Amino acid sequence: MTSIRSTAAQMAEALSAGTITSVELTQAHYERIGEVDSEVHAFLYLDKEGALAQAAQSDAKRNSGEIQSPLAGVPLALKDLLTQKGIPTTCGSKILEGWRPPYDSTVVAKLKAAGVVILGKTNMDEFAMGSSTENSAYGPTHNPWDLTRIPGGSGGGSAAAVAAFEAPLAIGSDTGGSIRQPAAVTGTVGVKPTYGGVSRFGLIAFSSSLDQAGPCARTVLDAAMLHEVIAGHDEKDSTSINAPVPQVVKAAKKLDVKGMKIGVVKELQGEGFQAGVLERFHDGLDALVSCGAELVEVSCPAFDYALAAYYLIAPSECSSNLARFDSMRYGIRIGDDGVRGAEEVMKLTRHEGFGPEVKRRIILGTYALSSGYYDAYYGSAQKVRTLLMRDFNAAFAKADVLVSPTAPTTAFKIGENVDDPLAMYLNDIATIPVNMAGIGGMSLPCGLAPEDGLPVGFQIMAPAMRDDLMYQVGGALEATLLAKWGAPILDSAPLLAAK
Amino acid sequence: MAAISRDDVAHLAKLARIDMSNAELDHLAQEMSVILDAVARVQEVAGSDVPPTSHPIPVNNVVREDVVLPSLSQEDSLSGAPAQAEGRFKVPQILGEE
Repeated sequence: MTSIRSTAAQMAEALSAGTITSVELTQAHYERIGEVDSEVHAFLYLDKEGALAQAAQSDAKRNSGEIQSPLAGVPLALKDLLTQKGIPTTCGSKILEGWRPPYDSTVVAKLKAAGVVILGKTNMDEFAMGSSTENSAYGPTHNPWDLTRIPGGSGGGSAAAVAAFEAPLAIGSDTGGSIRQPAAVTGTVGVKPTYGGVSRFGLIAFSSSLDQAGPCARTVLDAAMLHEVIAGHDEKDSTSINAPVPQVVKAAKKLDVKGMKIGVVKELQGEGFQAGVLERFHDGLDALVSCGAELVEVSCPAFDYALAAYYLIAPSECSSNLARFDSMRYGIRIGDDGVRGAEEVMKLTRHEGFGPEVKRRIILGTYALSSGYYDAYYGSAQKVRTLLMRDFNAAFAKADVLVSPTAPTTAFKIGENVDDPLAMYLNDIATIPVNMAGIGGMSLPCGLAPEDGLPVGFQIMAPAMRDDLMYQVGGALEATLLAKWGAPILDSAPLLAAK
Repeated sequence: MAAISRDDVAHLAKLARIDMSNAELDHLAQEMSVILDAVARVQEVAGSDVPPTSHPIPVNNVVREDVVLPSLSQEDSLSGAPAQAEGRFKVPQILGEE
């Protein structure tokens, strides 16, 4: 029997067998959203009318025998930084309040072409800057495991929607961990594809050399199915890779890691990592060994500098990218009284429209790029980037994939880190190197931390354009852990069971 | 310790076209000093022989055929404008300022 708790793959199968319609499935998810989202606050906007029309269209096509893509008719939640024509897109910011984009991002165009039903837009840290979704101008999202805790960020809305069974699939974006860290703290699966694997056209830019959209799901196979829908070369994005999409669905189904070499990154464990996180991470390693994989210790000394380099490169790129919010062509405009000049209006609008974290990063980036400081800050950070890539290359010469805990801790309390930007930035310590090198990274659940009963994420990193390797290892690890647990990890979330 | 004064932040805010209150400037000056101290570590590690990397994949001069395709209509392009007049974006005065 198909329900909102089924996997996307099961839903797709039921749709194709005719035991459920897309309209029924879509309605069931809106019912669930109606029950829980006042508490979770995963969504910023629901497009019920549009989604039900999409669902009806998918059902009609199916009835007429038209061949459909594997995920046709399956519902999905979309992070609010991807444009969808006519649907409010805020990027979690007040400056874009009320804006309805006049075009579809390539990711949305591909989802629509595949018949995926877009339920609505999910909450996020403003312009994807944050690790807790507390920086949203529209209020925080709550972790479905414990409503007093953060769901991770910046894609907390997408991860929470998937964890709370409000959607089987979601799209996130990952600049320094914004798909993987939310997946880790909500007990879900999140994948940052190789940079250039998924088009950035219509993805509101934060840090253009790091940003990458990717899938959020409850299983590795579901993530792979969504990955194949959204990936591929796009003429509208000059940084999109013109090469075949790695066969990630096939890889996720292999369930075989015999003889594979798993590199355990020495620098991404120990100090700063919660004891229970490390304990569950080691369970994951044991599970891989039991499947016949071989563990190899690898050292990546430049990783110790990755966070510092990231917090120069990302703000620098953001200070440039966010210059487009000038109150002239779209978004809000403040103080246009017919007397003030354009520059004055621009300054007032950006004062009102941007939140504290966005301002902090724009100022930091403006400083790092200013003459006299450029070489010392931005220039040095770019050199660290070279060292990080060298570390990865050396490590991948010894191992097929690399692994680490995804985040140093489980979900913290809402409000706990808001006044300490540096403490907040530490959440991304294990995820940032992946973005800096442009390679692929996945987070999947590896158990609950004994001290707080909250989910822990296991990160798998693969060489550029070998996204299939992380799905292969992730699929095998997931199957082994599931056999050990006897039930999916989300079944043990007390709040989710009660609803 | 990187000392960032309130005047420094005010200058940066002017460059970034963000109006800021005195309280915001004071707060940011404090935070910036702490953050810059933390990120200054990047200067310790790479020698002058290490080339910089600006982008994970070496892309440049990606070109395509110049083919005429449908584009956004004037109406769609103006659909998000805060103000418009006669099919154009209407903006506050840009001349006549200092």
